Amino acid sequence: MTPGKTSLSAIKAALFLLCLTPAFLLWRGLETDSLGANPIEALTRSTGEWTLRFLLITLMVTPLRKFTGWHWILRLRRMLGLFAFAYATAHLATYVWLDQFFDWEGIARDILKRPFITVGFAALMLMLPLAATSSNFAIRQLGGRRWQALHRAIYPIVLLGCVHFWWLVKKDITWPLIYTVIAVALLGLRGWWREQERRKQLAGGYLPQQPKFEGKVIKIFAR
Amino acid sequence: MLIRRPAAILPSEITTAKMYRERRRFMGLAGSLALAGTLPAGLARAATQPLGSITKSPLSTTESQTSYKAVTTYNNFYELGTDKEDPAQNTHRLKPAPWTVRVEGLVNKPRTFGIDELLKLAPLEERIYRMRCVEGWSMVIPWVGIPLTSLLRLVDPQGSARYVEFISHYDKTTMTRGVLDWPYNEALRLDEARHPLTLLALGLYGEVLPIQNGAPLRLVVPWKYGFKSGKSIVAIRLTEKQPVTAWMKAGPSEYGFYSNVNPEVDHPRWSQATERRIGEFSKRKTLMFNGYADQVASLYTGMDLRRNF
Repeated sequence: MTPGKTSLSAIKAALFLLCLTPAFLLWRGLETDSLGANPIEALTRSTGEWTLRFLLITLMVTPLRKFTGWHWILRLRRMLGLFAFAYATAHLATYVWLDQFFDWEGIARDILKRPFITVGFAALMLMLPLAATSSNFAIRQLGGRRWQALHRAIYPIVLLGCVHFWWLVKKDITWPLIYTVIAVALLGLRGWWREQERRKQLAGGYLPQQPKFEGKVIKIFAR
Repeated sequence: MLIRRPAAILPSEITTAKMYRERRRFMGLAGSLALAGTLPAGLARAATQPLGSITKSPLSTTESQTSYKAVTTYNNFYELGTDKEDPAQNTHRLKPAPWTVRVEGLVNKPRTFGIDELLKLAPLEERIYRMRCVEGWSMVIPWVGIPLTSLLRLVDPQGSARYVEFISHYDKTTMTRGVLDWPYNEALRLDEARHPLTLLALGLYGEVLPIQNGAPLRLVVPWKYGFKSGKSIVAIRLTEKQPVTAWMKAGPSEYGFYSNVNPEVDHPRWSQATERRIGEFSKRKTLMFNGYADQVASLYTGMDLRRNF
């Protein structure tokens, strides 16, 4: 099943709204004072968790595509990645504004001194070039291969995100563990595919398909 | 993002008329049920019920109190779940009556107390204390209770007793498994336990202690991080050796025996210099010994508080 141009636009619009839902619910929660006794902590925690969830969802696109054959879902991946970045930015904003209240010195000290903040900040910094090159123009400028190499930075980013979460919880690591297991599974799958591919090539069983030409082929000989 | 400036009195601090009426109705109902003898006295008290005559204490702070709602819905009580909202939702996992507390160990008169006995042991006092959590937030809570020292006096500690250990209730069939080494235990030095600020709390906001706050009785040590104040205590044990507490076992480099509130000694993973008072927008500076330095600093003269964290 491959949706046509109009239905793909509709799917994208629906997905966009769906991705905005957590932000909308948080906004509503703030307005109606229903985020519990410590709304600022709830806001920080929720935006952080949504960042991690969107990173994992983004990493699920390729496996899902391979298993289902729905190649068109690749067209949704950029939006998912950018939402991960948007929630990460909101997460940073809650920390800088609501938690530290623009105390830049305190923030700098935190980044240097608190390993979980160091790691979280590093993850966010790594996301910047990815977000900046999430356009067709950037892909053209960089070339597909280099663009792809750059965007593989999502692998360390998601792992840093898991470590960030793991190190900040006081004791009950259930949720960091769940996210980490999913992340490791998604990355492990890629490693396994790679290994399969390598073996196939080594065994010589791999022959690139002959390209099919249409029309007349003009052979060129060196004279 | 729209963040409203909080008004001088937060809406959350105001008990709504509806809630007030509900509480009144419920209290009346519980009272009449108990009077009718249809419920055992202990069980009736488990429902929200006033505690009777309570004297005010000069040890109370005059700071504005954290709302009843926040105090009873934002709790760290891992036996009832590790999220802040969990304990209030899982109150059915703990039956606060019938209940007894064993006082044992290095005492000349070991004894088991029922809740009724504790309520009559000394005049009930209201103590409005600051409570600072190790996680960096704080509240102002009107506890009701008796000084722990009045109980210790009755059991007559032996000369060799140097520490007091508090063991919390644990039932593995209904409560959280894993996370910490259960049952939860905490401990104080005997002189800390005898300090006039150290309270054995049986109530909150003039009413019987809600389950999520550690019913039917808990410790309150206001100059130490909140986790030092064990909830739902079933045993108090006097020892010669310093007990190893649940959090010391869980993270020896992060949680020390003393755990006094100290803005200068950070938790290894986060700063303790500031705190967010629940209900307030901006953070405030954390005070040495949570603002009780005048009363308790002398307990620690000559001690390196960085090492004895």
